[in-house]
Amino acid sequence: MSAAPVLAVERLSKSFDGVRAVRDVSFRVSAGELCALIGPNGAGKTTCFNCVNGQLVPDEGRVWLAGVNVTGRPPREMALAGVGRTFQVAATFASMTVRENVEVALLSHAGHGEALLARASGARRAQADALLERAGIAALADRHCGALPYGDAKRVELALALAGNPKLLLMDEPTAGMAHADRDAIMATAAELARRDRVAVLFTEHDMDVVFGFADRIVVLDRGRVIADAPPDVVRADANVQAVYLGTA
Amino acid sequence: MTLTALALQLLNGLASASALFLVAAGLTLIFGVTRVVNFAHGSLFMLGAYLAWSFGEAFGDGVAAHWASVLAAAAVVALVGVAIEALLLKRLYAAPELLQLTATFGVVLVVRDAALALWGAEDKLGPRVPHLDGTVQIAGRAIPEYDLFLIVVGPVVLVTLTWLVTRTRFGTLIRAASENRVLASALGVRQALLFSAVFALGAGLAGLAGALQLPREPANLNMDLAVVAEAFVVTVVGGLGSIPGAFLAALIIGLVKALCIGLGTVEIGGVAVAFPRLTLVAEFVVMAVVLAVKPHGLLGAPPPVLASTPLPEQRTLVLVPGRRAAVAAAVLFGALALLPAVVDDYLLVLATDVLVATLFAASLQFIMGPGGMTSFGHAAYFGVGAYAAALAFRHGWPMPAALALAPVAAMAAAVLLGGFAVRLAGVYLAMLTLAFAQIVWSIVYQWDAVTGGSNGLVGIWPPALLAHRASYYLFTLAIVGSALLLLARIAHAPFGFALRAARDSSLRAAAIGVDVRATQWRAFALAGAFAGLAGGLFAFSKGSISPETLAIPRSVDALVMVLLGGLNALAGPLLGAAAFTWMQDELARATDYWRAATGVVILAIVLLFPQGIGGALARLRPRRRPLAT
Repeated sequence: MSAAPVLAVERLSKSFDGVRAVRDVSFRVSAGELCALIGPNGAGKTTCFNCVNGQLVPDEGRVWLAGVNVTGRPPREMALAGVGRTFQVAATFASMTVRENVEVALLSHAGHGEALLARASGARRAQADALLERAGIAALADRHCGALPYGDAKRVELALALAGNPKLLLMDEPTAGMAHADRDAIMATAAELARRDRVAVLFTEHDMDVVFGFADRIVVLDRGRVIADAPPDVVRADANVQAVYLGTA
Repeated sequence: MTLTALALQLLNGLASASALFLVAAGLTLIFGVTRVVNFAHGSLFMLGAYLAWSFGEAFGDGVAAHWASVLAAAAVVALVGVAIEALLLKRLYAAPELLQLTATFGVVLVVRDAALALWGAEDKLGPRVPHLDGTVQIAGRAIPEYDLFLIVVGPVVLVTLTWLVTRTRFGTLIRAASENRVLASALGVRQALLFSAVFALGAGLAGLAGALQLPREPANLNMDLAVVAEAFVVTVVGGLGSIPGAFLAALIIGLVKALCIGLGTVEIGGVAVAFPRLTLVAEFVVMAVVLAVKPHGLLGAPPPVLASTPLPEQRTLVLVPGRRAAVAAAVLFGALALLPAVVDDYLLVLATDVLVATLFAASLQFIMGPGGMTSFGHAAYFGVGAYAAALAFRHGWPMPAALALAPVAAMAAAVLLGGFAVRLAGVYLAMLTLAFAQIVWSIVYQWDAVTGGSNGLVGIWPPALLAHRASYYLFTLAIVGSALLLLARIAHAPFGFALRAARDSSLRAAAIGVDVRATQWRAFALAGAFAGLAGGLFAFSKGSISPETLAIPRSVDALVMVLLGGLNALAGPLLGAAAFTWMQDELARATDYWRAATGVVILAIVLLFPQGIGGALARLRPRRRPLAT
């Protein structure tokens, strides 16, 4: 018998003003697996994604994290339960150095984020530097995060997302706004980390080269429903998916 | 109390609601189109009242003369509004909102002193309104005809404005600009003209409200902040940007206040509760309940994604103070400790003032800098601290205990407000903090029996050991020095970093497990405590305190000190407090109109440094690290 999947989305539904953005969506992601969530605009990717990261509360259905029902928990509790995430537009702490960014995340996850009198900067230096090394930006540790090029900021985000040793890593459009060479590099980093640390990865992505190049499995949404859930080769050959993407029926 | 008496009070409440609605509607209109919250809106109301009085005197008696004076007052105030927009706000539309708000605050000070110069400090009694000065018998009670007239005015203005906004071309332009300023302008809407027109309309409504209110309430110099605070409560309760919301909220608040007055003193469970004294608190309770249930107000939509412009300082790298900073601070405080040996008593008093102001400004810098939250009512905590210490002392507490109570009491006030404040951001937060401070001020001002009302409290002197100027100065220096050290420590502790993280990106902060609201709430409480400590020190340094201690202008003082010194610089509060205290001392000796002079200084700062002084200095400083790849 196998252990519970890291993420199990079960019959998820969510409506906005009567419009059903997501209907009866179910899928699973296992440890060490990279799963892409794709679909044309308006298919419900973002809604689905936000139900998993806690920004939205689903109307129906459940979200399980390693066998624990986490449905409707706010983002902060999701983070503490083991969900790391990156944003579509890189969100980092602009007034800090790169290392301080990661230190804040480490302190927060260690439950020391409230300390009033301890020193914060340099508090978890070794641990922070190890994370920066893994994200491939060790050289940028002392740089001002608010002044980094976009691609580097995305890597800082990756380090932030990994600071809590997440079971599940959510990446919303991880390569949006990046140059082509950077895209593959950051995805390769994420994939390597996921496999090594057995992290489950769920990502949305517009760039099909990235999706088919890195995903182990692809969940395709159309008009709020799952129309395919299979390895890349199978999805590529799926007539339904082709119809949705190419507009032929 | 009888039912008819209650009904009578409700009618009175409806009459008050009309004037309030007119002011709030103008505020909301202007905000909708220009995205500027006009803190000087109450000043326009006050101008309307004074001008109506002057025109009334000039035009003489008679029906035509009376209504001509009302309309003339509204028209002149509309022009003043256009002038404020053209001369000041036009230059600030792209500036960070904090500076826009601060600039309109400067206007409040200038208008207040202009009114003082033109009309004097005495209240101006309103005229009897021809043909409306009688009473109508309703259920055996006499109701002023003028109140009935005002009750009708509110709905008439509501209907007119609704027609204007939904049915005319001007209204279409207003709605287009409210929805999307950039798009409207791209489609050929002449923005400059539209903004001027909207300002004229909004200001005219405020002026009209003031002129209409004159027969019920004498024109006086405290009207501006009292009215703007109430208008803020009404707009926040109704939903910023919603005219029907403002109407509904004005009605509810007017009625609740009338109900409080109507209930009188009621025995509840053996305790006599004087409801008329609770009107101000009631207003706050209404707001609290509404915001708890509907965070965007009764009819307000979630705030449009405002491109809220942060001060550039909030994006710069904050350096952790190193050994050099510690040495510099030690040298500075050592030098300050030697001051009594070289200067006279007058300068020592001034230096004590500077130290107290430094702590006050540092507490504000803490929530505005690392916290990223705008407080326009920080004097509330300063004053609560001062009053708590003074009251405890007069009830026989020893001075150290009384002083220790100051931060505790102020923290309690900050916890109370912070609970609501951290749900809000940007202009909502600014409006709420100002309204809260005004309510605290009004309570202190009116609660004669406890606070001494407008006279304040006297005889709050430190024990003999600290009675000498020099010894109290050194005592203040020791406490302020320790408090500043503690604040700096907190700002660079994990808590301070979590707070800054929440400011830099609240989404990202939540995603690493930071409890954004709880962190900001604690920061509010801490800042309140430090401001309260400053207030306690202030009370014992002056020997007496008055409601001025927690009036809005003191909040502005702190704000200017922080803007002068910068949001990040450790020495900022000290530099800002020293420069500002010295300037005010000079101005107070040079002119009776130091308030206006302060306002002019604020306007000059904002116009010359539309990104903030700290931001300007940051650009001059050589960068420590190369920032580009």
